[in-house]
Amino acid sequence: MVQEIATVTGRNEVADGVYVVRFSSAYISRTSLPGQFVNVRVGKGFLPLLRRPFSVCRTQDDEAEIVFNIVGEGTRILSEKEPGEKIDVLGPLGTPFGYERGFDTALMVAGGLGVAPFPLLTQKIRNQVERIETFVGAATGRKLWTEHLENVHAATDDGTKGFRGTVVAQLAEFLTSKKVHHPKIFGCGPTRMLRALSDLAKRHEIACDLSLEGDMACGMGICQGCPVERVNDTKKYSLVCTDGPTFDNREIVLQA
Amino acid sequence: MTKTSFRLRDVEFKNRVLVASGTFGYGDELKDLVDVNMLGGMITKSLSWKPRDGNPPGRIAETTGGMLNSIGLANIGVHHFVKDKLPYLKTLNTVVIANIAASSIDEYCDVLSLLDQEEAVDGFEINVSCPNVKEGGLSFGTDCDATAEITSRLRRLTEKPLIIKLTPNVTHVSEFAKAVARAGADAVSLINTVIGMAVDVKTRKPKLSTVTGGLSGPAIKPIALAKVYEAAQSVDIPIIGIGGIASAEDALEFLLVGASAVQIGTMNYVDPSASAKIAQGMAEFAARNKVDDLAEFVGALDANVEFSVLQSWL
Repeated sequence: MVQEIATVTGRNEVADGVYVVRFSSAYISRTSLPGQFVNVRVGKGFLPLLRRPFSVCRTQDDEAEIVFNIVGEGTRILSEKEPGEKIDVLGPLGTPFGYERGFDTALMVAGGLGVAPFPLLTQKIRNQVERIETFVGAATGRKLWTEHLENVHAATDDGTKGFRGTVVAQLAEFLTSKKVHHPKIFGCGPTRMLRALSDLAKRHEIACDLSLEGDMACGMGICQGCPVERVNDTKKYSLVCTDGPTFDNREIVLQA
Repeated sequence: MTKTSFRLRDVEFKNRVLVASGTFGYGDELKDLVDVNMLGGMITKSLSWKPRDGNPPGRIAETTGGMLNSIGLANIGVHHFVKDKLPYLKTLNTVVIANIAASSIDEYCDVLSLLDQEEAVDGFEINVSCPNVKEGGLSFGTDCDATAEITSRLRRLTEKPLIIKLTPNVTHVSEFAKAVARAGADAVSLINTVIGMAVDVKTRKPKLSTVTGGLSGPAIKPIALAKVYEAAQSVDIPIIGIGGIASAEDALEFLLVGASAVQIGTMNYVDPSASAKIAQGMAEFAARNKVDDLAEFVGALDANVEFSVLQSWL
Protein backbone atom coordinates (compact mmCIF):
# COMPACT_ATOMS: atom_id res chain seq x y z
CA MET A 1 0.00 0.00 0.00
CA VAL A 2 1.28 3.46 -0.92
CA GLN A 3 0.03 7.03 -0.79
CA GLU A 4 1.07 8.87 -3.94
CA ILE A 5 0.47 12.18 -5.59
CA ALA A 6 -0.24 10.76 -9.02
CA THR A 7 -0.44 12.60 -12.33
CA VAL A 8 -3.63 12.23 -14.35
CA THR A 9 -2.65 10.98 -17.81
CA GLY A 10 -6.08 10.66 -19.39
CA ARG A 11 -9.75 11.35 -18.90
CA ASN A 12 -12.54 10.24 -21.21
CA GLU A 13 -16.30 10.16 -21.11
CA VAL A 14 -16.65 6.59 -22.36
CA ALA A 15 -20.46 6.42 -22.18
CA ASP A 16 -23.18 8.88 -21.24
CA GLY A 17 -22.06 10.22 -17.85
CA VAL A 18 -19.45 7.47 -17.44
CA TYR A 19 -15.85 8.63 -17.04
CA VAL A 20 -12.53 6.82 -17.12
CA VAL A 21 -9.61 8.57 -15.43
CA ARG A 22 -6.10 7.21 -15.98
CA PHE A 23 -3.22 8.09 -13.68
CA SER A 24 0.43 7.16 -13.44
CA SER A 25 1.54 5.03 -10.52
CA ALA A 26 3.98 2.23 -11.15
CA TYR A 27 3.36 0.69 -7.74
CA ILE A 28 -0.43 0.70 -7.89
CA SER A 29 -0.46 -0.47 -11.48
CA ARG A 30 1.92 -3.34 -10.88
CA THR A 31 0.60 -4.57 -7.55
CA SER A 32 -3.20 -4.16 -7.81
CA LEU A 33 -5.16 -7.40 -7.92
CA PRO A 34 -8.68 -7.79 -9.35
CA GLY A 35 -11.29 -6.50 -6.92
CA GLN A 36 -8.92 -4.24 -5.01
CA PHE A 37 -9.52 -0.50 -4.82
CA VAL A 38 -7.82 2.85 -4.48
CA ASN A 39 -8.97 5.64 -2.15
CA VAL A 40 -8.69 8.98 -3.92
CA ARG A 41 -8.48 12.50 -2.53
CA VAL A 42 -9.63 14.68 -5.39
CA GLY A 43 -8.27 18.01 -4.08
CA LYS A 44 -6.50 19.65 -1.18
CA GLY A 45 -9.55 21.33 0.35
CA PHE A 46 -12.29 20.11 2.68
CA LEU A 47 -15.11 19.97 0.12
CA PRO A 48 -15.28 17.06 -0.16
CA LEU A 49 -13.31 16.12 2.94
CA LEU A 50 -12.99 12.36 2.66
CA ARG A 51 -11.37 10.18 0.04
CA ARG A 52 -13.51 8.33 -2.48
CA PRO A 53 -13.01 4.58 -3.08
CA PHE A 54 -12.84 3.25 -6.65
CA SER A 55 -12.16 -0.27 -7.92
CA VAL A 56 -8.96 -0.55 -9.90
CA CYS A 57 -10.51 -0.95 -13.35
CA ARG A 58 -7.54 -1.68 -15.55
CA THR A 59 -3.77 -1.44 -15.42
CA GLN A 60 -1.26 -1.01 -18.19
CA ASP A 61 2.46 -0.69 -17.61
CA ASP A 62 2.85 2.12 -15.06
CA GLU A 63 -0.69 3.46 -15.34
CA ALA A 64 -3.97 2.51 -13.74
CA GLU A 65 -7.57 3.43 -14.54
CA ILE A 66 -10.72 4.02 -12.53
CA VAL A 67 -14.26 4.33 -13.90
CA PHE A 68 -17.15 6.22 -12.32
CA ASN A 69 -20.23 8.33 -12.87
CA ILE A 70 -20.97 11.65 -11.22
CA VAL A 71 -22.79 11.08 -7.95
CA GLY A 72 -21.59 14.07 -5.95
CA GLU A 73 -18.97 16.76 -5.59
CA GLY A 74 -16.00 14.38 -5.41
CA THR A 75 -16.81 12.57 -8.64
CA ARG A 76 -17.72 15.87 -10.35
CA ILE A 77 -14.27 17.30 -9.55
CA LEU A 78 -12.63 14.07 -10.68
CA SER A 79 -14.57 14.10 -13.97
CA GLU A 80 -13.06 17.53 -14.73
CA LYS A 81 -9.42 16.58 -14.13
CA GLU A 82 -7.22 17.35 -17.13
CA PRO A 83 -4.13 15.35 -18.02
CA GLY A 84 -1.21 16.75 -16.03
CA GLU A 85 -3.32 17.54 -12.96
CA LYS A 86 -2.64 15.67 -9.71
CA ILE A 87 -4.72 13.35 -7.57
CA ASP A 88 -3.77 11.90 -4.19
CA VAL A 89 -4.14 8.13 -4.47
CA LEU A 90 -3.88 5.56 -1.69
CA GLY A 91 -3.79 1.88 -2.53
CA PRO A 92 -4.12 -0.81 -3.54
CA LEU A 93 -6.54 -1.62 -0.71
CA GLY A 94 -8.82 -4.50 0.20
CA THR A 95 -9.09 -8.21 -0.45
CA PRO A 96 -9.14 -9.27 -4.12
CA PHE A 97 -11.63 -11.63 -5.72
CA GLY A 98 -10.92 -15.35 -5.23
CA TYR A 99 -9.88 -15.70 -8.84
CA GLU A 100 -6.83 -17.91 -8.74
CA ARG A 101 -8.32 -21.40 -8.90
CA GLY A 102 -11.46 -23.51 -8.52
CA PHE A 103 -13.33 -22.73 -11.75
CA ASP A 104 -13.05 -23.04 -15.53
CA THR A 105 -15.72 -20.56 -16.62
CA ALA A 106 -15.86 -17.06 -15.19
CA LEU A 107 -19.30 -15.45 -15.22
CA MET A 108 -18.79 -11.74 -14.58
CA VAL A 109 -21.99 -9.89 -13.75
CA ALA A 110 -22.07 -6.09 -13.56
CA GLY A 111 -24.88 -3.71 -12.70
CA GLY A 112 -24.20 -0.17 -13.93
CA LEU A 113 -20.81 1.06 -12.74
CA GLY A 114 -20.37 -2.37 -11.15
CA VAL A 115 -18.47 -3.09 -14.33
CA ALA A 116 -15.47 -1.32 -12.73
CA PRO A 117 -13.41 -4.29 -11.45
CA PHE A 118 -13.98 -6.56 -14.44
CA PRO A 119 -11.50 -5.28 -17.03
CA LEU A 120 -8.67 -6.02 -14.56
CA LEU A 121 -10.16 -9.41 -13.65
CA THR A 122 -10.43 -10.23 -17.37
CA GLN A 123 -6.82 -9.11 -17.86
CA LYS A 124 -5.57 -11.44 -15.09
CA ILE A 125 -7.54 -14.61 -15.83
CA ARG A 126 -7.84 -14.46 -19.61
CA ASN A 127 -5.09 -17.06 -20.08
CA GLN A 128 -5.93 -19.25 -17.12
CA VAL A 129 -9.63 -20.09 -17.68
CA GLU A 130 -11.50 -21.86 -20.45
CA ARG A 131 -14.06 -19.16 -20.98
CA ILE A 132 -15.25 -15.80 -19.72
CA GLU A 133 -18.87 -14.65 -20.13
CA THR A 134 -19.60 -11.07 -19.13
CA PHE A 135 -23.06 -9.73 -18.35
CA VAL A 136 -23.34 -5.96 -18.18
CA GLY A 137 -26.53 -4.16 -17.27
CA ALA A 138 -27.46 -0.49 -17.45
CA ALA A 139 -30.58 1.66 -17.34
CA THR A 140 -30.27 2.44 -21.02
CA GLY A 141 -27.96 1.72 -23.98
CA ARG A 142 -26.25 5.13 -23.87
CA LYS A 143 -24.93 4.40 -20.39
CA LEU A 144 -23.41 1.01 -21.23
CA TRP A 145 -19.64 0.66 -21.16
CA THR A 146 -18.33 -2.75 -22.20
CA GLU A 147 -14.71 -2.22 -23.27
CA HIS A 148 -11.85 -4.53 -22.23
CA LEU A 149 -14.25 -7.40 -21.50
CA GLU A 150 -14.86 -10.75 -23.18
CA ASN A 151 -18.06 -12.27 -24.58
CA VAL A 152 -20.28 -9.41 -23.50
CA HIS A 153 -24.02 -9.90 -22.99
CA ALA A 154 -25.68 -6.50 -22.60
CA ALA A 155 -28.91 -5.89 -20.73
CA THR A 156 -30.83 -2.62 -20.45
CA ASP A 157 -33.89 -1.75 -18.40
CA ASP A 158 -35.50 -0.01 -21.40
CA GLY A 159 -34.39 -2.55 -24.00
CA THR A 160 -32.45 0.01 -26.07
CA LYS A 161 -29.54 -2.41 -26.23
CA GLY A 162 -29.35 -6.17 -25.77
CA PHE A 163 -31.63 -8.02 -23.38
CA ARG A 164 -34.58 -6.04 -21.99
CA GLY A 165 -34.55 -6.47 -18.24
CA THR A 166 -32.07 -6.94 -15.45
CA VAL A 167 -28.67 -8.43 -15.88
CA VAL A 168 -29.55 -11.09 -13.30
CA ALA A 169 -32.63 -12.14 -15.30
CA GLN A 170 -30.39 -12.36 -18.34
CA LEU A 171 -27.90 -14.56 -16.50
CA ALA A 172 -30.76 -16.77 -15.25
CA GLU A 173 -31.88 -17.29 -18.85
CA PHE A 174 -28.32 -18.02 -19.92
CA LEU A 175 -27.85 -20.63 -17.18
CA THR A 176 -31.04 -22.50 -18.15
CA SER A 177 -30.27 -22.48 -21.88
CA LYS A 178 -26.51 -23.07 -21.93
CA LYS A 179 -24.27 -25.70 -20.40
CA VAL A 180 -21.56 -23.99 -18.41
CA HIS A 181 -18.48 -25.92 -17.39
CA HIS A 182 -17.36 -25.55 -13.76
CA PRO A 183 -18.39 -21.93 -13.33
CA LYS A 184 -17.81 -19.22 -10.78
CA ILE A 185 -19.78 -15.97 -10.62
CA PHE A 186 -18.14 -12.60 -9.94
CA GLY A 187 -20.67 -9.86 -9.22
CA CYS A 188 -20.51 -6.13 -8.66
CA GLY A 189 -23.30 -3.57 -8.61
CA PRO A 190 -26.13 -2.15 -6.50
CA THR A 191 -27.04 -4.11 -3.37
CA ARG A 192 -30.48 -5.12 -4.66
CA MET A 193 -28.93 -6.59 -7.77
CA LEU A 194 -26.27 -8.41 -5.73
CA ARG A 195 -28.97 -9.95 -3.56
CA ALA A 196 -30.80 -11.28 -6.60
CA LEU A 197 -27.51 -12.52 -8.04
CA SER A 198 -26.56 -14.23 -4.81
CA ASP A 199 -29.94 -16.01 -4.67
CA LEU A 200 -29.51 -17.17 -8.27
CA ALA A 201 -26.01 -18.47 -7.55
CA LYS A 202 -27.28 -20.40 -4.53
CA ARG A 203 -30.15 -21.94 -6.55
CA HIS A 204 -27.70 -23.13 -9.19
CA GLU A 205 -25.06 -24.04 -6.60
CA ILE A 206 -22.47 -21.89 -8.28
CA ALA A 207 -19.63 -20.33 -6.27
CA CYS A 208 -20.07 -16.57 -6.16
CA ASP A 209 -17.87 -13.66 -5.09
CA LEU A 210 -19.50 -10.27 -4.72
CA SER A 211 -17.82 -6.87 -4.62
CA LEU A 212 -19.58 -4.53 -2.20
CA GLU A 213 -19.73 -0.80 -1.73
CA GLY A 214 -19.62 0.81 1.69
CA ASP A 215 -19.47 4.33 3.07
CA MET A 216 -15.96 4.50 4.49
CA ALA A 217 -13.63 7.17 5.76
CA CYS A 218 -10.20 5.55 5.82
CA GLY A 219 -10.37 2.46 3.58
CA MET A 220 -7.91 0.66 5.87
CA GLY A 221 -9.93 -0.80 8.72
CA ILE A 222 -9.27 2.03 11.13
CA CYS A 223 -12.47 4.04 11.19
CA GLN A 224 -14.70 0.92 11.40
CA GLY A 225 -17.22 2.80 9.29
CA CYS A 226 -18.15 0.12 6.73
CA PRO A 227 -19.54 -2.98 8.45
CA VAL A 228 -21.34 -5.75 6.61
CA GLU A 229 -23.26 -8.34 8.57
CA ARG A 230 -21.83 -11.88 8.59
CA VAL A 231 -23.86 -15.07 8.40
CA ASN A 232 -23.93 -17.00 11.71
CA ASP A 233 -20.43 -16.28 12.78
CA THR A 234 -18.68 -15.56 16.05
CA LYS A 235 -17.95 -12.12 14.67
CA LYS A 236 -21.06 -10.10 13.86
CA TYR A 237 -19.58 -7.80 11.21
CA SER A 238 -16.86 -7.78 8.61
CA LEU A 239 -15.46 -4.56 7.19
CA VAL A 240 -16.03 -3.81 3.50
CA CYS A 241 -12.64 -2.06 3.24
CA THR A 242 -10.28 -4.74 4.55
CA ASP A 243 -12.21 -8.04 4.81
CA GLY A 244 -13.78 -7.07 1.46
CA PRO A 245 -14.76 -5.37 -0.74
CA THR A 246 -15.08 -8.87 -2.21
CA PHE A 247 -16.88 -11.55 -0.23
CA ASP A 248 -18.04 -15.10 -0.79
CA ASN A 249 -21.84 -14.63 -1.06
CA ARG A 250 -22.48 -17.34 1.55
CA GLU A 251 -20.59 -15.42 4.24
CA ILE A 252 -22.52 -12.17 4.33
CA VAL A 253 -26.03 -10.77 4.74
CA LEU A 254 -26.97 -8.19 2.13
CA GLN A 255 -29.17 -5.50 3.66
CA ALA A 256 -32.40 -4.48 1.96
CA MET B 1 16.21 24.48 17.70
CA THR B 2 12.78 25.02 19.16
CA LYS B 3 11.87 22.92 22.16
CA THR B 4 8.74 20.97 21.29
CA SER B 5 8.41 18.51 24.17
CA PHE B 6 6.08 18.56 27.17
CA ARG B 7 5.49 16.37 30.22
CA LEU B 8 2.57 14.81 32.01
CA ARG B 9 3.71 13.33 35.33
CA ASP B 10 6.81 11.26 34.49
CA VAL B 11 6.00 10.88 30.83
CA GLU B 12 7.83 13.03 28.32
CA PHE B 13 6.12 13.62 24.96
CA LYS B 14 8.65 14.54 22.28
CA ASN B 15 6.23 16.99 20.74
CA ARG B 16 2.75 18.36 21.27
CA VAL B 17 0.97 16.38 18.55
CA LEU B 18 -0.87 13.16 19.33
CA VAL B 19 -3.27 11.13 17.23
CA ALA B 20 -6.83 10.87 18.50
CA SER B 21 -8.50 7.70 19.63
CA GLY B 22 -10.30 5.80 16.89
CA THR B 23 -8.51 7.56 14.06
CA PHE B 24 -5.25 5.63 14.21
CA GLY B 25 -6.37 2.10 15.04
CA TYR B 26 -3.98 0.27 17.33
CA GLY B 27 -0.91 1.82 15.72
CA ASP B 28 0.12 -0.93 13.33
CA GLU B 29 -2.36 -0.29 10.50
CA LEU B 30 -0.70 2.89 9.27
CA LYS B 31 2.94 1.95 9.68
CA ASP B 32 3.57 1.95 5.91
CA LEU B 33 2.20 5.46 5.52
CA VAL B 34 3.42 7.49 8.48
CA ASP B 35 6.36 7.30 10.88
CA VAL B 36 4.60 7.05 14.23
CA ASN B 37 7.87 7.91 15.96
CA MET B 38 7.53 11.46 14.59
CA LEU B 39 4.53 11.95 16.90
CA GLY B 40 4.35 13.06 20.50
CA GLY B 41 2.09 10.13 21.17
CA MET B 42 -0.57 7.82 19.87
CA ILE B 43 -3.89 7.13 21.52
CA THR B 44 -5.45 3.75 20.86
CA LYS B 45 -8.92 2.99 19.67
CA SER B 46 -11.24 2.84 22.72
CA LEU B 47 -10.81 -0.42 24.59
CA SER B 48 -13.51 -2.17 26.59
CA TRP B 49 -13.30 -5.32 28.73
CA LYS B 50 -14.98 -7.51 26.12
CA PRO B 51 -14.87 -7.03 22.35
CA ARG B 52 -17.70 -4.89 20.98
CA ASP B 53 -19.34 -5.43 17.59
CA GLY B 54 -20.37 -1.81 17.19
CA ASN B 55 -23.50 -0.36 15.62
CA PRO B 56 -25.31 -1.63 12.47
CA PRO B 57 -24.33 -0.27 9.03
CA GLY B 58 -24.99 3.36 8.35
CA ARG B 59 -22.05 4.32 10.57
CA ILE B 60 -20.54 7.13 8.49
CA ALA B 61 -21.90 10.14 6.63
CA GLU B 62 -19.90 12.96 5.14
CA THR B 63 -21.17 16.47 5.82
CA THR B 64 -19.93 19.93 4.82
CA GLY B 65 -16.29 20.04 5.90
CA GLY B 66 -16.74 17.16 8.29
CA MET B 67 -18.12 13.72 8.93
CA LEU B 68 -20.66 12.09 11.18
CA ASN B 69 -19.90 8.76 12.74
CA SER B 70 -21.77 6.27 14.81
CA ILE B 71 -19.33 3.41 15.21
CA GLY B 72 -20.52 2.35 18.64
CA LEU B 73 -17.06 1.68 20.08
CA ALA B 74 -16.41 -1.40 17.94
CA ASN B 75 -13.15 -2.78 19.33
CA ILE B 76 -11.22 -5.98 19.87
CA GLY B 77 -11.40 -5.92 23.67
CA VAL B 78 -8.58 -5.33 26.11
CA HIS B 79 -7.30 -8.95 26.30
CA HIS B 80 -6.91 -9.27 22.55
CA PHE B 81 -5.22 -5.84 22.55
CA VAL B 82 -2.65 -6.92 25.13
CA LYS B 83 -1.89 -10.15 23.30
CA ASP B 84 -1.87 -9.01 19.66
CA LYS B 85 -1.33 -5.25 19.55
CA LEU B 86 0.91 -4.33 22.48
CA PRO B 87 3.96 -6.23 21.19
CA TYR B 88 4.11 -3.89 18.19
CA LEU B 89 3.40 -0.80 20.30
CA LYS B 90 6.34 -1.78 22.55
CA THR B 91 8.70 -1.33 19.61
CA LEU B 92 7.66 2.30 19.10
CA ASN B 93 9.65 5.25 20.28
CA THR B 94 6.62 7.36 21.13
CA VAL B 95 4.18 7.65 24.01
CA VAL B 96 1.33 5.14 23.93
CA ILE B 97 -1.89 6.18 25.64
CA ALA B 98 -4.63 3.58 26.02
CA ASN B 99 -8.14 4.96 25.57
CA ILE B 100 -10.75 3.22 27.70
CA ALA B 101 -14.51 3.11 27.18
CA ALA B 102 -16.89 1.22 29.43
CA SER B 103 -20.51 0.86 30.38
CA SER B 104 -19.94 0.82 34.13
CA ILE B 105 -17.49 2.34 36.58
CA ASP B 106 -16.29 -1.15 37.51
CA GLU B 107 -15.53 -1.92 33.88
CA TYR B 108 -13.41 1.26 33.57
CA CYS B 109 -11.51 0.13 36.68
CA ASP B 110 -10.99 -3.42 35.43
CA VAL B 111 -9.65 -2.36 32.04
CA LEU B 112 -7.37 0.27 33.55
CA SER B 113 -6.00 -2.09 36.22
CA LEU B 114 -5.16 -4.69 33.62
CA LEU B 115 -3.39 -2.21 31.35
CA ASP B 116 -1.64 -0.45 34.23
CA GLN B 117 0.60 -3.52 34.60
CA GLU B 118 1.78 -3.22 31.00
CA GLU B 119 5.01 -1.34 30.59
CA ALA B 120 4.18 -0.39 26.99
CA VAL B 121 1.12 1.56 28.13
CA ASP B 122 2.38 4.97 29.21
CA GLY B 123 -0.91 6.48 30.28
CA PHE B 124 -4.67 6.55 29.95
CA GLU B 125 -7.34 8.60 28.27
CA ILE B 126 -10.83 7.94 29.59
CA ASN B 127 -13.70 8.18 27.14
CA VAL B 128 -16.71 9.39 29.10
CA SER B 129 -18.04 11.19 26.08
CA CYS B 130 -18.97 8.79 23.29
CA PRO B 131 -22.33 9.90 21.87
CA ASN B 132 -23.00 6.61 20.08
CA VAL B 133 -23.62 3.96 22.73
CA LYS B 134 -26.66 3.48 24.93
CA GLU B 135 -24.90 2.56 28.15
CA GLY B 136 -21.94 4.47 29.46
CA GLY B 137 -20.48 7.01 27.07
CA LEU B 138 -22.38 10.25 27.17
CA SER B 139 -24.61 9.22 30.05
CA PHE B 140 -21.45 9.50 32.17
CA GLY B 141 -19.96 12.39 30.28
CA THR B 142 -22.92 14.72 30.71
CA ASP B 143 -23.19 13.95 34.42
CA CYS B 144 -20.62 15.99 36.30
CA ASP B 145 -20.76 13.88 39.47
CA ALA B 146 -20.40 10.61 37.57
CA THR B 147 -17.44 11.99 35.60
CA ALA B 148 -15.75 13.05 38.84
CA GLU B 149 -16.51 9.70 40.48
CA ILE B 150 -14.95 7.76 37.59
CA THR B 151 -11.91 10.02 37.73
CA SER B 152 -11.29 9.59 41.44
CA ARG B 153 -11.82 5.82 41.30
CA LEU B 154 -9.32 5.50 38.45
CA ARG B 155 -6.87 7.89 40.08
CA ARG B 156 -6.50 5.49 42.98
CA LEU B 157 -5.55 2.70 40.55
CA THR B 158 -2.71 4.28 38.61
CA GLU B 159 0.36 6.47 38.92
CA LYS B 160 0.47 6.92 35.15
CA PRO B 161 -0.95 10.01 33.44
CA LEU B 162 -4.74 10.03 33.57
CA ILE B 163 -6.50 12.13 30.93
CA ILE B 164 -10.27 12.57 30.89
CA LYS B 165 -11.81 13.16 27.45
CA LEU B 166 -14.69 15.61 27.66
CA THR B 167 -17.75 16.09 25.51
CA PRO B 168 -18.81 19.44 24.09
CA ASN B 169 -22.45 18.35 24.41
CA VAL B 170 -22.93 20.10 27.76
CA THR B 171 -23.73 23.68 28.67
CA HIS B 172 -20.49 24.44 30.54
CA VAL B 173 -17.53 22.21 29.75
CA SER B 174 -15.56 24.22 32.33
CA GLU B 175 -17.65 22.68 35.14
CA PHE B 176 -16.57 19.22 34.00
CA ALA B 177 -12.94 20.27 33.65
CA LYS B 178 -12.98 21.66 37.20
CA ALA B 179 -14.64 18.53 38.58
CA VAL B 180 -12.13 16.11 37.06
CA ALA B 181 -9.19 18.33 38.01
CA ARG B 182 -10.38 18.22 41.64
CA ALA B 183 -10.80 14.44 41.34
CA GLY B 184 -7.16 14.00 40.40
CA ALA B 185 -6.99 13.97 36.60
CA ASP B 186 -3.60 14.95 35.17
CA ALA B 187 -5.14 16.52 32.06
CA VAL B 188 -8.36 16.89 30.12
CA SER B 189 -8.74 16.36 26.40
CA LEU B 190 -11.49 18.05 24.45
CA ILE B 191 -13.59 18.06 22.45
CA ASN B 192 -15.06 14.69 21.62
CA THR B 193 -17.52 14.79 18.70
CA VAL B 194 -20.48 17.14 18.54
CA ILE B 195 -23.90 15.50 18.29
CA GLY B 196 -25.18 15.88 14.76
CA MET B 197 -27.49 14.40 12.16
CA ALA B 198 -27.85 13.99 8.41
CA VAL B 199 -30.90 13.03 6.36
CA ASP B 200 -31.35 11.45 2.93
CA VAL B 201 -34.25 13.29 1.27
CA LYS B 202 -34.87 10.58 -1.31
CA THR B 203 -35.38 7.77 1.20
CA ARG B 204 -36.51 10.12 4.02
CA LYS B 205 -34.19 8.17 6.28
CA PRO B 206 -31.43 9.38 8.59
CA LYS B 207 -28.04 8.62 7.08
CA LEU B 208 -26.86 6.99 10.32
CA SER B 209 -28.48 3.82 11.66
CA THR B 210 -28.59 5.41 15.11
CA VAL B 211 -30.24 8.58 13.68
CA THR B 212 -27.79 10.94 15.39
CA GLY B 213 -24.02 10.58 15.66
CA GLY B 214 -20.85 12.49 16.34
CA LEU B 215 -19.64 15.28 14.08
CA SER B 216 -15.90 15.71 13.56
CA GLY B 217 -13.49 17.31 11.12
CA PRO B 218 -12.66 20.91 10.15
CA ALA B 219 -16.34 21.87 10.49
CA ILE B 220 -16.14 21.70 14.30
CA LYS B 221 -12.88 23.59 14.83
CA PRO B 222 -14.49 26.89 15.94
CA ILE B 223 -16.62 25.03 18.51
CA ALA B 224 -13.57 23.18 19.77
CA LEU B 225 -11.53 26.37 20.12
CA ALA B 226 -14.27 28.03 22.16
CA LYS B 227 -14.59 24.99 24.45
CA VAL B 228 -10.84 24.71 24.98
CA TYR B 229 -10.66 28.44 25.70
CA GLU B 230 -13.50 28.08 28.21
CA ALA B 231 -11.82 25.15 29.95
CA ALA B 232 -8.48 26.92 30.00
CA GLN B 233 -10.02 29.84 31.89
CA SER B 234 -11.12 27.52 34.68
CA VAL B 235 -8.45 24.88 35.35
CA ASP B 236 -4.70 24.74 35.83
CA ILE B 237 -4.17 21.17 34.62
CA PRO B 238 -2.99 20.79 31.03
CA ILE B 239 -5.57 20.70 28.26
CA ILE B 240 -5.19 18.65 25.11
CA GLY B 241 -7.11 20.31 22.29
CA ILE B 242 -9.02 18.25 19.74
CA GLY B 243 -11.40 19.23 16.96
CA GLY B 244 -10.89 19.63 13.24
CA ILE B 245 -7.15 20.31 13.31
CA ALA B 246 -5.79 20.03 9.78
CA SER B 247 -2.64 22.16 9.76
CA ALA B 248 0.15 23.45 11.98
CA GLU B 249 -1.61 26.83 12.11
CA ASP B 250 -4.78 25.13 13.38
CA ALA B 251 -2.76 23.38 16.08
CA LEU B 252 -1.11 26.64 17.15
CA GLU B 253 -4.54 28.27 17.46
CA PHE B 254 -5.39 25.61 20.05
CA LEU B 255 -2.16 26.29 21.92
CA LEU B 256 -2.90 30.02 21.95
CA VAL B 257 -6.35 29.51 23.48
CA GLY B 258 -4.83 27.36 26.21
CA ALA B 259 -4.11 23.84 25.03
CA SER B 260 -0.73 22.34 25.97
CA ALA B 261 -0.95 19.77 23.21
CA VAL B 262 -3.33 18.70 20.45
CA GLN B 263 -4.76 15.56 18.92
CA ILE B 264 -5.29 15.00 15.22
CA GLY B 265 -8.40 12.98 14.44
CA THR B 266 -10.46 12.95 11.27
CA MET B 267 -7.59 14.29 9.14
CA ASN B 268 -5.75 11.00 9.69
CA TYR B 269 -8.35 9.42 7.41
CA VAL B 270 -7.86 12.07 4.76
CA ASP B 271 -4.08 12.20 4.91
CA PRO B 272 -2.46 9.45 7.01
CA SER B 273 0.71 11.51 7.45
CA ALA B 274 -1.15 14.69 8.51
CA SER B 275 -0.08 14.38 12.16
CA ALA B 276 3.64 14.11 11.39
CA LYS B 277 3.43 17.06 8.99
CA ILE B 278 1.62 19.14 11.63
CA ALA B 279 4.26 18.34 14.28
CA GLN B 280 6.98 19.40 11.88
CA GLY B 281 5.05 22.49 10.76
CA MET B 282 4.60 23.70 14.35
CA ALA B 283 8.33 23.50 15.00
CA GLU B 284 9.08 25.31 11.74
CA PHE B 285 6.56 28.06 12.51
CA ALA B 286 8.14 28.55 15.92
CA ALA B 287 11.67 28.62 14.48
CA ARG B 288 10.67 31.16 11.81
CA ASN B 289 9.18 33.36 14.52
CA LYS B 290 12.17 32.95 16.83
CA VAL B 291 10.20 31.12 19.50
CA ASP B 292 12.50 28.85 21.55
CA ASP B 293 9.85 26.70 23.16
CA LEU B 294 6.35 25.84 21.93
CA ALA B 295 5.26 26.32 25.57
CA GLU B 296 5.42 30.06 24.86
CA PHE B 297 2.32 29.73 22.71
CA VAL B 298 0.25 28.00 25.39
CA GLY B 299 -2.47 30.38 26.56
CA ALA B 300 -0.75 33.32 24.87
CA LEU B 301 -3.92 34.55 23.19
CA ASP B 302 -4.02 38.33 22.99
CA ALA B 303 -7.68 38.80 23.86
CA ASN B 304 -9.58 41.55 25.53
CA VAL B 305 -11.11 39.46 28.26
CA GLU B 306 -13.48 42.20 29.32
CA PHE B 307 -15.39 41.80 26.11
CA SER B 308 -15.47 38.03 26.23
CA VAL B 309 -19.00 36.66 26.29
CA LEU B 310 -17.45 33.69 28.04
CA GLN B 311 -17.08 35.69 31.23
CA SER B 312 -20.80 35.55 31.83
CA TRP B 313 -20.66 31.75 31.73
CA LEU B 314 -17.90 31.18 34.24
